[in-house]
Amino acid sequence: MAEQWRSALLLCLLMAASSLASTGTTAPASTGNDTEHGTGTINTLPIVTWKWHHVEVPYLESHHEHGGGHNATGIAIVSFKWHHVESPYLVAVWILVCFFGKLLIEANHKITNYIPESALLICFGFILGGIVWGADKVQTFKLTPTVFFFYLLPPIMLDTGYSMPNKLFFTNLGAILIHAVIGTVWNAATLGLSLWGCHQGGAMGNIEIGLLQYLLYGSLMAAVDPVAVIAVFEQVHVNEVLFILVFGESLLNDGVTVVLFNVFDAFVSLGGGAIDAKEIIKGIVSFFVVAFGGSLLGFVFGLLMSLLSRCTKNVQIIEPGFIFVLGYLSYLTAEMLSLSSILSVVFCGICCQKYMNSNMNENSIQTVRYAMKVFANGSETMIFVFLGISAIDKAIWVWNTGFILLTLLFILIYRFIGVFILTWMLNRYRLVPISFVDQIIMGYGGLRGAVAYGLAVNLNESKIKEKNLMVCTTLLVVYFTVILQGVTMKPLVQWLKVKRAEIAEITLIEKVQNKVFDHMLIAIEDISGQIGDNYMRNKWRNFEEKWMSRLLLKPSARKQQDHLYNVFHQLNLQDAMEYVKEGERRGSLEFIRNESAFVDFKKKLGEDYEEAMPDIMADMPSNDPVSTCRRDVLPTVSLEMHEQNMRGLREAEGINAHHLLDQHLYKGRKQHRYRYSRSHLDINQDENEVQEIFQRTMRSRLESFKSGKMGVAPPKTITKHTKREPQTKMPNGKNKPYHSGDEDFEFSEGDSASGYDTSFPTRVTYRAGAGIENPAFMPDLDPSSPLHIPPWLADAGMEVNPVAPSERAQVRTPGYLHRLSSLRTNARSGETAQDRDLPTPPPHRDDDHL
Amino acid sequence: FYRTRTRTRTQIKPDSVNSVISASAAHLLRLHQRFQFLDKDSRGSLRSEDLEAALSENPIGVRIVGAFFQQETVDFPSFVRILAHFRPTEKNRTRDGVQPDPAVGRKCPSSVAFQLYDQDRDGKISRTELLQVLREMLGLQVTEEQLQSIAERAIQEADLDRDDAICFDEFRKSLEKVNIDHKLSVRFLE
Repeated sequence: MAEQWRSALLLCLLMAASSLASTGTTAPASTGNDTEHGTGTINTLPIVTWKWHHVEVPYLESHHEHGGGHNATGIAIVSFKWHHVESPYLVAVWILVCFFGKLLIEANHKITNYIPESALLICFGFILGGIVWGADKVQTFKLTPTVFFFYLLPPIMLDTGYSMPNKLFFTNLGAILIHAVIGTVWNAATLGLSLWGCHQGGAMGNIEIGLLQYLLYGSLMAAVDPVAVIAVFEQVHVNEVLFILVFGESLLNDGVTVVLFNVFDAFVSLGGGAIDAKEIIKGIVSFFVVAFGGSLLGFVFGLLMSLLSRCTKNVQIIEPGFIFVLGYLSYLTAEMLSLSSILSVVFCGICCQKYMNSNMNENSIQTVRYAMKVFANGSETMIFVFLGISAIDKAIWVWNTGFILLTLLFILIYRFIGVFILTWMLNRYRLVPISFVDQIIMGYGGLRGAVAYGLAVNLNESKIKEKNLMVCTTLLVVYFTVILQGVTMKPLVQWLKVKRAEIAEITLIEKVQNKVFDHMLIAIEDISGQIGDNYMRNKWRNFEEKWMSRLLLKPSARKQQDHLYNVFHQLNLQDAMEYVKEGERRGSLEFIRNESAFVDFKKKLGEDYEEAMPDIMADMPSNDPVSTCRRDVLPTVSLEMHEQNMRGLREAEGINAHHLLDQHLYKGRKQHRYRYSRSHLDINQDENEVQEIFQRTMRSRLESFKSGKMGVAPPKTITKHTKREPQTKMPNGKNKPYHSGDEDFEFSEGDSASGYDTSFPTRVTYRAGAGIENPAFMPDLDPSSPLHIPPWLADAGMEVNPVAPSERAQVRTPGYLHRLSSLRTNARSGETAQDRDLPTPPPHRDDDHL
Repeated sequence: FYRTRTRTRTQIKPDSVNSVISASAAHLLRLHQRFQFLDKDSRGSLRSEDLEAALSENPIGVRIVGAFFQQETVDFPSFVRILAHFRPTEKNRTRDGVQPDPAVGRKCPSSVAFQLYDQDRDGKISRTELLQVLREMLGLQVTEEQLQSIAERAIQEADLDRDDAICFDEFRKSLEKVNIDHKLSVRFLE
């Protein structure tokens, strides 16, 4: 599996690089388009405009790779064609540099504990920009709006939508919307008006900015930036309601920002005189069209995607690709129709996540999840680095103390005032009021970021004389909020004792109880005749189950919809994994076989720990120190921090197990089994076989291991094994297959005499249907076995056993699986060497024949 | 204990409910209408069947009614009082500054939830009791075997003294992380 998504990611990265490369070449052209579009005479304010040309290039190129033709005149053996590759090369190198920057920053956790990564990335950008400036004397690289809005922003937004905690989001939707809509309008209006007032008062000196331009500026500065907010709040771990309020606001205010910006942009073009009531009403109408249209479009795309995922079973390799392409298309389509593109892609993600996750197969889900994170995290890195680079440019720096300082001041003050007023209103209706401390953090979390900068760069210089001042102030505001507020956010949160997110393990009983509570709430509302949230939620759930699931889910996936059962399943998987790992670490999987599958593994393990090694137990109050510390270092941009990390953890465990197996598995002499296929991922099929063999041998080994301890094992097994021993030791097996204790595998011993030169997999034949069996979930062969204590601890049993000391010595040596096999040799020590006329084989070889 | 409480309560006149739970007359009126609507044969009191009829869509409706309304019939004051348990806690305090009624006290929602499981009222949720609730709540697609293992696991998670049953303390402990008062609050009577 690891192989699979690694290759998928590589593919996706290549795609991204190539599409970015094409922007490199087309960026000047399309920015040209932009300005052309802007200067084009606008007579009235259009509610919906058709902006095909605006999106044409990336729209088409998301499908078509552009191919470069080349004409050869003679035969050049080696030629240097820098211009041929220049732009894609530069893009790739920039990406690489940004990633290296992140690598560098993340290498030192002492710093990132105090300063958020986003701030450090911006600083890294400063340095890079300085280098470029020093070399070229002119800033050739900066964040252009095209690159930002078309290539860097969509992946982040898609990711946030796709990993949005839906229930939390929709529960708080009212508060989020109020803050996003009214709050943003408030911010824009107050900032614009106050600045204008100060201008009239003479605080700015001599600059040419009118009221409308101030309002335009206010509208682009108003929006809280989703990218900056995620980056900072990600590391603070405030409680989830607070997080979703700030974060949801930052997402949804895009609709408002786009509208405000467009309206005022149009107003500026129209000039003050031409604005009448009609235009203003149009502006208000266009708000609803843009916001709801964008959301609806995203919703439609989400549904399409879910429908599509019903039938992608046969193209599993590109299955995960659909979500990226369609998500991107929903973004571009919204942009084309001049709807809110962010809303579109976010809702697309929100809408499809449930259905995609149940329709696609497990590997694709993991691929999507990881690829999303790779894109989002990569884009975020590049955005911040380029925000830093953009600063090092003499052309944009225009200093105006009054304007800049007043902007900073007003932004902070009005944000706080707006938050306090709105939450005061909301708290009158909220079930769980937002506490004052939370309000402060909400106010303080009003970070501005790249969206504002992108919009500012988009301003039309011919109409707004002081564009550079605005750009430069925007940049300063971004730095101020992201760096200063970002750095102080954590201490502030600690100082105010803001309720943090609890990193709690999900327990089944809690989930059961949550379900019961839901039912109770609905019941209360039913009895009291109230139509409240729970009632509505219930209705929606019924509708969803009845229609949407039927339409959008595969029949097979619909069967596994029960949330409770899924949690149960996940918990069990996790436990099994932990348990097996523990078994491997201690050198034997023996004890797994003697437990039913439903033991509380953790408790059980805890006890074992206590008995075996009390010193380890001492530092294990939180049950697993490994996971907690790994949780801290795992850098992710995730909404559901906890769940994501848990998954990551589980993944990591899976990888570990793979590594462990890879190291100790028997390799065949010939390694022909890697073949390349673009459409199938079964290159590791042979490895599976190897695993299968491994499991088989392990089991047969365990069988004999048990028989070694006569005192413990029931007589039945003993007889079985004594019968088997002579067979095993026959020097010249006469091609005589025999059935071992477990009926489902057979070994042909034909080759054992002729030596060990044949590659291993061919020697073992097994039935087709046998498959890998998880020993943990197999019915125990001898149910009477009293081995509930792992064998290496069962001292009483060991004492009866003459071979016990050597065994125990073997098993206690930590971790390595192959030790087990040498143990087997040991147990039979005398006979093996004599009975076989073979040179003593490497211990693990020996076991193949058991 | 509960019985005595209800007996004292039934002697209170309907309008004295107002002083106890501090709801506006309009809300009480609306609840009264609802009460009359549920009371199909207008006897002035609700039987548990009336309530169960209102919860016909709820998979564990019968249980919920059983846990909420433990006496045979419910008259309007106790109807209101029981529902009032599920109002947000803070608001009760902030609005009038006094606890609703120190003598009666607030019946803790978690105990209602506990009673929902504990059908035989022995103060413990046994495995079979949990299994019954699960069976009612989970869809048909979950097999009996799976149900049993879920119950098994859930009990093991909460069961601290290893008696294979969940007593009330263990129950509360298992829900420590869940803010029950927030979770089990409905916005009404405002």
